[in-house]
This record gives sequence, structure tokens and C-alpha cells, in this order.
Amino acid sequence: MPLRLATRVLIGLALVFGLCAGAGAAAIEPALLAQLTSEDAAEKGEAIDAIAAIGDEAALAVLSALRDGMLKVSGTGQMFIAERGKATDAATGAAVDPVPDDAEKVTINNRLRTRIESAIGALRIFSKDPKERLAAVATLTADEAMLPALDQALASETDPAIKSALQQVRAASQLKSSDAAKRLAAIDVLAESLDAKSKNLLLPLMEKSPAGEFAEPDEQVRQAASAAVAAIERRLAVYDYAGRVFTGLSLGSILLLVALGLAITYGLLGVINMAHGEMLMIGAYATYATQTVFRAYFPAAIDWYVVFALPVAFLVAGGIGILLERSVIRWLYGRPLETLLATWGISLFLIQLVRQLFGAQNVEVSNPTWMSGGITVVNLVLPWNRIVIIGFSMTVLLLVWLMLTRTRLGLFVRGVTQNRTMASCVGVPTGRVDMIAFGLGSGIAGLAGCALSQIGNVGPELGQSYIIDSFMVVVLGGVGQLAGTVYAALGLGVASKFLEPYLGAVPTKILILVLIIAFIQKRPQGLFALKGRSVET
Amino acid sequence: MNTLATNPGFTIPGSEPLFDGRAWTAIAAFLIATLVVVPVLFLVVPASSSFHVSAYFVTLVGKIMCYCAVAVAMNLIWGYTGILSLGHGVFFALGGYAFGMYLMRMIGREGQYQSLLPDFMVFLDWKAYPWYWSFTDHFWVAMVLVVLAPGLLAFVFGFFAFRSRIKGVYFSIITQALTFAFMLLFFRNDTGFGGNNGFTDFKRILGYRIADPHTRAALFALTAAYLMACLVLSRALIRSKTGRVLTAIRDSENRLMFSGYNPLWYKLFVWTLSAVLCGIAGALYVPQVGIINPGEMSAANSIEIAVWVAVGGRGTLLGPLVGASLVNGAKSYFTQSFPEYWLFFLGLLFILVTLFLPKGVVGWFREKRKAAA
Amino acid sequence: MNTPGDDLRSGETSGLGHMMQAGVDTSHGPILYLEDITVSFDGFRALNKLTLTVETGELRCIIGPNGAGKTTMMDVITGKTRPDEGTVFFGQTIDLTRFTESEIAHAGIGRKFQKPTVFENHTVVENLELAMKTDKRVRRSLRARLSSEEIGRIGATLDLIKLSGEAGRLAGVLSHGQKQWLEIGMLLMQEPKLLLLDEPAAGMTDHETARTAELFKELAGSHTLVVVEHDMDFIASLASTVTVLHEGSVLAEGTLDVVKSDERVIEVYLGR
Repeated sequence: MPLRLATRVLIGLALVFGLCAGAGAAAIEPALLAQLTSEDAAEKGEAIDAIAAIGDEAALAVLSALRDGMLKVSGTGQMFIAERGKATDAATGAAVDPVPDDAEKVTINNRLRTRIESAIGALRIFSKDPKERLAAVATLTADEAMLPALDQALASETDPAIKSALQQVRAASQLKSSDAAKRLAAIDVLAESLDAKSKNLLLPLMEKSPAGEFAEPDEQVRQAASAAVAAIERRLAVYDYAGRVFTGLSLGSILLLVALGLAITYGLLGVINMAHGEMLMIGAYATYATQTVFRAYFPAAIDWYVVFALPVAFLVAGGIGILLERSVIRWLYGRPLETLLATWGISLFLIQLVRQLFGAQNVEVSNPTWMSGGITVVNLVLPWNRIVIIGFSMTVLLLVWLMLTRTRLGLFVRGVTQNRTMASCVGVPTGRVDMIAFGLGSGIAGLAGCALSQIGNVGPELGQSYIIDSFMVVVLGGVGQLAGTVYAALGLGVASKFLEPYLGAVPTKILILVLIIAFIQKRPQGLFALKGRSVET
Repeated sequence: MNTLATNPGFTIPGSEPLFDGRAWTAIAAFLIATLVVVPVLFLVVPASSSFHVSAYFVTLVGKIMCYCAVAVAMNLIWGYTGILSLGHGVFFALGGYAFGMYLMRMIGREGQYQSLLPDFMVFLDWKAYPWYWSFTDHFWVAMVLVVLAPGLLAFVFGFFAFRSRIKGVYFSIITQALTFAFMLLFFRNDTGFGGNNGFTDFKRILGYRIADPHTRAALFALTAAYLMACLVLSRALIRSKTGRVLTAIRDSENRLMFSGYNPLWYKLFVWTLSAVLCGIAGALYVPQVGIINPGEMSAANSIEIAVWVAVGGRGTLLGPLVGASLVNGAKSYFTQSFPEYWLFFLGLLFILVTLFLPKGVVGWFREKRKAAA
Repeated sequence: MNTPGDDLRSGETSGLGHMMQAGVDTSHGPILYLEDITVSFDGFRALNKLTLTVETGELRCIIGPNGAGKTTMMDVITGKTRPDEGTVFFGQTIDLTRFTESEIAHAGIGRKFQKPTVFENHTVVENLELAMKTDKRVRRSLRARLSSEEIGRIGATLDLIKLSGEAGRLAGVLSHGQKQWLEIGMLLMQEPKLLLLDEPAAGMTDHETARTAELFKELAGSHTLVVVEHDMDFIASLASTVTVLHEGSVLAEGTLDVVKSDERVIEVYLGR
């Protein structure tokens, strides 16, 4: 152990000096390389440490090759790195051609492998690529011997994220110091952390051995550690909470999108449309079709196909909705149970139709590049497609609200909803209002389908999985109430995401259904229903 | 007073006989055909004879008769009382699962792992039966469960739903949510009902081998008798004053309430009865078909039951039988000959029946006969 | 017909038969007593501190423009709507706000709807049979058979409402006026103490209207009747106390002539 520690200290110091002098170092001494082929593991180890101490790109390449089994030695003793049929000289970096056919792999054992790993890790924190550096820091293990190297890296580091990660490792390494003051300083740094790992570093300090002795002898340090742990836990809880609120809002906004169309067709027109889910499915397939067309004819603009898919999905789903309203649904007004059955029939028909046209398998709809990836807020990753959909659903909500409250059509729809006969008497073309409103509801479902295609599988049964959820949202929110739908959708989304960690996905779903049923016991009209004048019969 | 009573000048409600002579004859003929003729043709007549009835036919007709009983039960709640349930698939499956538990235990050590536990439990590394499997190796306990499981669920769910006056489409949607919840629950492995695969590979029933033709014939005859019992029961119920109250709920629940009836108990009664009838049909179905899995609880299955009744004619005695037979006959034809067109056909059936045959096939014939007379 | 003061026997109350053991107690006059009833729907006050007393055996007419709260008042009395504030007493002891529609019907309040509501797919006889006062619990109606006395009562009611000839026909095919009569007949089969009648003469011929008025006057005394009507001639022929409702409260009360000459009533009806 002391020996290992000593070599580590050596690596650290060597790294610092190597790097200071490193700018001019171009090649690795062949003798050092040759030592790598030594039969003696200890000699091999020394060679590795020495190469690591050079601390430049070439050293990194040699060590990586050694780890990956790509460092070879020819019959003539030439050392080279073999990669995909090409070879470069390990010492000079020059191309080796032809590749010697009598080469042998330089072998390493597991202990050496670990040594190489940490050497590589230490080297990589000086890489030019910030991503590489961040990844390298993540692989570092706390070790007091690393402190000089870490200090060196910290001094030159500009990226704040890497800097804070380095500080974490540094503090973790410092914790192993024999100086209580240093340990205290380390705890102060760790207390600022957002990483559960920091907590794990601090916890052992407060443990008692079976003999009743604390792992950390200093009382003051122990107290500081326990305060730091509490601080970290508080902060983690806040971020965990924020993360759940985000995923909950994301689910809620999907539910909202899915239920908005239904809030119009069921809530306002009173048409119980069991084929609503299939309108989503049609919207998703319209998106798929648009993507296919773009891939074939406008590959350059493929990133913007979603923007074109929106009107396509709206028009296709809306058009099919109008067709259904005129051909089937309008004959069934005032007969809700029959409407339910007929529209279920429509949904079966549409599912089979899509199966025949596009196949029973899921089709592939991909995110445009601007929607993939995400933004990182401290330790939360918020995927772009989710953010876009939250924004999108709010936009659609706003448009629907404006349409219902600010336009003539909206006025007509509300009029027909409240009193069909009276609206008809004052000259509202109720038939056309029904048709357009139903088309609108279906079109919004199409938009929702387009959004769903960006986050989930697109298949013929897509709609079936959403229909019950969306009806639950409308029922819970109160029929005919846009505000109720919004609260119900977001509420259900957030509630689901808060329950899931404790219960699992399926029990959460079941519990939510049970809660909705229980809720309807108390308020059969939903959250926001108007208490109307009682109507006879 | 007394002269009025003996000759009041109007038909006294509930005084008519349950069936006329022709109907009794038809019931007797059906029972002879299913209890005697088919079993003889199946068991005694050699397979080479053109009069021989195949095992396939016996199973298919047995299965359809189970569906007919489900349709009769559905007709009680939807046709006569006007409450559309989208949860009858759950009651059917619960009855099936309850009896399936008995059948699973009768496998004994004949399963793949030669354990007393069902294969799926061995696979999940369970060491003992969960508590709700207790005593299910007794036939009569299983029979009680067949009635209790769907009955209790229906009673509790119905009590809360009807008490808060959830009606119409609202009720239908809530029952669909219930169905969905149960399907999710039974799909899970850790609920102890075999997950995806459900129960299958049954071996014995009351000591008889389930694959034995005699056992099949007996199950077939039992199903036929049960179906007739359901039919007579449903007729008797509808002919009683309770039946008149039920149709009154369908037509004008308000008037009924203000006449001093509490619809809650009537609805709850017929809803629970319907669920129990459905559950028993499920228990008869499972040994004949040889499998029960959560797919039976899918929303589509429950809503299909409604379409059987709609096709046949809801609120008519024979409608459910006619509808269930026609739709399921068509289904077995289509799934064999044109599997990809079955959903088109079923979808169109839903649409066309609601648009053009609101009273179903039976209602349509009745009207034609009335028009001819 | 029914004899006044015939108590409800506890064995014959509804399924939740904990209530109304002693029946309706009218020993101190009023059979119906509404005090400070307020009902609001989303800010709109359908009833506004309505106070109304109806004496036992009285025939009372309620008039008022649309939206005055007449139907809401009936909803409150029959348990369909719960008041936000105020009390409703049936006799001295029964607080109607605590009971359901069917329990209130059992206690002896019958209601006829504005739109005639009968069971359209049942025959006229079956309609009367369903309405008849009896044990209305599921268990009893499963085995229920009509006694000869009950058959006699149905026959007598059929004669009274002039539907003997239509006894076996479906109620749905009756004319509007006949449906009104059938509904009144159903109310009588319930043997209520108090009848609430919402526009009973609507859709009737003059002859039928006159007969209805006669019937009501006959029933008054042994029953208490509250009639909501728009037809002033019909009200005049009933010659009873008239209460005018306006914006959810009582505007005026008295004989028809007194009410008609009340300035506030004229203003409400004719506007300015």
C-alpha cells in the first residue's frame, strides 16, 4: 500500500511537472516504450507511470492503446498502435506502412489495467475537449495523491461545470487528509454539492466502528459533516421535487392536448366520441406521412417537417371528423349511448384501415435535431421535445380559448351548447355549427397526435391507450368547462408523477382511476361544472 | 269491489303466464337437442358417420352459448333498465378466473415443474399460494367465489355509482375505466393470476379429465341448461313488478322517484344479478375453451357484448340470443376465412345497427310482422 | 278515497324506513311550511328568502312570471334541490331537507311535472299500478301480486280520470290531455296528503280543463293542493288563495281579485 501511494504521488507530481514542461515534448523515448514489453509487471508499471507523467496527447494515445489491446510490438521491436488496419508508430506518431504481420499484442494484467485507467483519467482532465474533461473528472476517484494534479487542473479550468466537478473531487480527496483543518475545508466545499455522491462521501465519517469509535476522530469535523449532509439532502429534495413537477407538467400537457379536442366534442357538443383516440392516431400517421414525403423530396429541410406536419395533421383529422359527423354522428344527436357504440365501431374501422394502409407494426417517426437533446438545469436534464410539447399545448389551449370566446363561431358553439332550440330560433345554423365544432375537435386531436408522435410509438393502437385517460380528464374537469379540463389534466399529470416513485406505474394508474371514481362520488358534475337550474326529466 | 276484482275490465299486470305453449315447446326442443341429441351424435355416433358432431363444433357452440348467457345478463341491465355497462367483460372474466383457480389447483403435480404450485408461480419463485387462493382446491369454494367475486365487485361499485346518481354515458365511461383498471391489475405478474398468460393447461375437473369427450359433452349440456335457466329467470324478472319498475327507470327515473321508489336498490339489484349471471357464464366458458387471460378484460370485449345485444334487439327476450349467436358465428367465420376483414365488419356492424336497426333484428322482424298484420 | 289524518304506518315507509315513524303531524294547522328558503345557481338566486305557509286541506294557486322560482320551489319541497339556507317542514315534525325524493314521496307528497311525465312503454293500468301506495322495496315488488282491493282502486281511478277505455293501451300513445290526466291519476294512487301540480291544465281542452278544476275542488279538504298555473281562467275557476312569486320571493298573496289589483303585481306582469 505505501508503495502504491508513493507511486501515485509520483504520478501526480510528474503530471504537474510534465505538463509544465510538456509543451515542447513531442515524442516518447523508445526505451520507455520498450519497457512496456518487459516480462516483469513491476517494470511495466513503472513504465506506465513514467509515460503518464509525460502528460501529452501522445502519451494518452499510447496508454489508451495499451488498455484496448491495440499496442503491438513487431518482430524488429518496433512499437506501433494498430487501429482499423492502419498503424502509427507509438514513439513518433508517424504512419507505419506496411503494417508488420509478425506483431504481437502487448499484454497487461488486471492490476495494471486499473493503473492505466486512473492514469488515463488523470491525463484526460487536461484534454482540450470540455466534454472529454467533464467525463474524465467523473471517472476520478478521491485520492490525496491526486491533489496537486487537481489543483493544476483547477487553475487552468474555465468551464464552471467542470470546475465545480473538479472541486468536488478535490474535496473528496482532501477528506482523506490527516489534517483536520483540511478535512473541514473539504466538508465546506462538499456541503455546496448537488450530487448524491458527495453525501455518500460524508456519511462514512459519522459511522461508528463495532468498538464504538467514530471513523472520524474529530468531533468538530463530525458535526460539520452531519450539517453538510443535511444541507445536501435538502437541496437534493428540492431538485427532485422540481424534476417531478416538470415530468408531471409534461405528462399533464400531453393529457391536456389529448383532452382538449374531447372537451369540445364531448364537453360542448355532448357527442361521446369513442373514436377520439383514433383522431390522435390519424394525426400521428399524418406526421409520419409528412416525414416520408420530406425524406423523399426535401431531405435538406427534413428538420422542419414537423412544422409542416401540424397543418397536415389538423386538416386530415379535422376532415375525417367532419366526414364522420355528417355521415354518422349527426343522426345520433340526443342518443348518447348509441353514439358511443357507433363511434366505437368507427374506431375499430379506422384502426383496421390504418393497419391495411401502413401495416400493423409501429412506424418510425423521428425528432428533428432541434428537438433532440435537452437543457441541463444544474442536475436536471429537461428534454427539448418535452419542453416543446408543453409550450405547444399551451399555445393550442390559448388558440382554443380565443376561438371560443372571441369569435363568432365560438359564440355560436356556446349558444348551441346552452340552448339548442333557442339558438336555432335566433338563426344560428346549428347543423353547420355542429359540423364545424366537431371538425375542430377532431383537428385538435390531430394536432395532439402530431405531438404524441414526437415522444412515443406510432402504431394503429396509439389512440386506444389515450382514450380512457382523456375521458377521465374531461369527466374530472367537468363537462363543458375549459378551465376544468386544464386543471384536471395538469393535476392528473403531476399527481401521477408524484405517486409513481412510491407505487410504480401500474398501481399509480389504478389508484388514480379509483381516486377519480371516489371524487365523482362527491362532485358528480366534476371540478368546475356549472350548477344549473334543475331541469325536469 | 269483488265483481271489479274478478272482472276489472282490464288485464291485471303480472297475471299473464310466463310463456305461451309455443315458447315452452321451443324451450323443451332446445333442451332435448342440447342435452340429448348433440351429446349422442358427438359421443356415440362414429366419426366416420355424416351425423357425427365434431369436438370443434361442440366447443364452438358451447362457447357461443356462454356468450348468449352473457348477452341475456347484459340485456337485463341495458335493454330493460337502460344502463349501458362497459364492464361486463370484467364480471365474465372474474367468474372465469375464480373457477380457473380451482382448475389450476386440480393440475396438481402434472404441470411442467411437477410442483403443487401452478407453473407461473414456480417461475416467479413463489413458495406458497397467496392467501386469496386459500381453499380454492375445493370445488364448492370455487363455486361460491364464482358468484361472490363478480357479485361483490358489482355491488360495491354499483352502490357508490348509483348512490351518487351517475347515469347514462357517465356511468358507461366509469365502468370502462373500471375495466381498464382490472385489466392492468390482472396483467401484472405479482397479483398472482398468471400475468399475461393467465390460466391454462387445465387437466381435471372434479376428477374427470377435461379433454375427455364425455366431460366436454357434460359441460356443453350444462351450459345449455344454464342458458335456458337465465332466459326463464330473465323473463320471470321482467314480468314481475320489479321488472316493470326497471323499465320505468329506463323510461323516466324522475317520475319513479317522485312515485316513492328508490331507484338505487332496484338498479343495484339488477346490476348485481346481471354481474353474477355473467360470472357464472365465465366459469362455464373457461373449462370449455381451456384458457382465461387478461385479454378477456379488454375494453373492446366488454363493448362487444353491448353490440351483441344491440344487433339482436335490446329489451327483447330473444334478442340477446340472436345477437350473440349471429355476431360470434360471423366472428368465427371471418377469423378463419378473412381475418383482416373482421374488424371492418365489426366496426360497420356497430355503425349500421345503431343507425338503421335501433331495435335490432328481433325488433325489426316484430315490426314487419305488425305491419303485415 | 283517502281519509284525512290516515297515518303512514311505519312498516310501509320506504327502504330506508328509519324516518317519519309517526307520519305527518298537522295538528297545529299548516301542512307545509317554508321559511327563508334561498337557492342560488352560480350567483343567480332562484329563490330568495322565500317564506310560504300552506294550511291543511287548502287549495293554493301559485302564479308568477317565468323565472320567478315556481319550479325551483317545487324542487325544494320534493327533495330534488337542496336549499342553501332555510327550512322546509311538512307538518310539524318532518324536515324535508333531510330526505330523498322517494322518501318524501312516501311521506305523502305527490308531484306532477310541468311536462306530463308518465311511463310511456307501460300500459295505463301498469302506470297506475306502479304509482299505487304500497311497499315499494325491491324484495316486496319481486313477489308482488295485486289484491282484489287494489284492483278495485285501480278501476275506480281509471273511471275518475276517464281512461277506462284506454286501460290496456301504452301510455305513450295517449293524447297530451290524457297524459295529464293519467299523471294526476297516478298522483291519486299514491294517496298523498299534499299534491304539487305544475301546470296541470296545459294542453287540455276547455271541457277537460273545467273537469280538472272540478276534480281539484273535490279533492281539496281531504287533500292539500298546490297548483302552479299560467291560465288565469283556470285559476279563477278554482276560487282559491293565490300567491304571486317574483324573483324568488312572495310578492303578494290573497284572492285572485285582490292580487290582480295589487300595483306591484301589475308592474311585474306588465312591466313599465
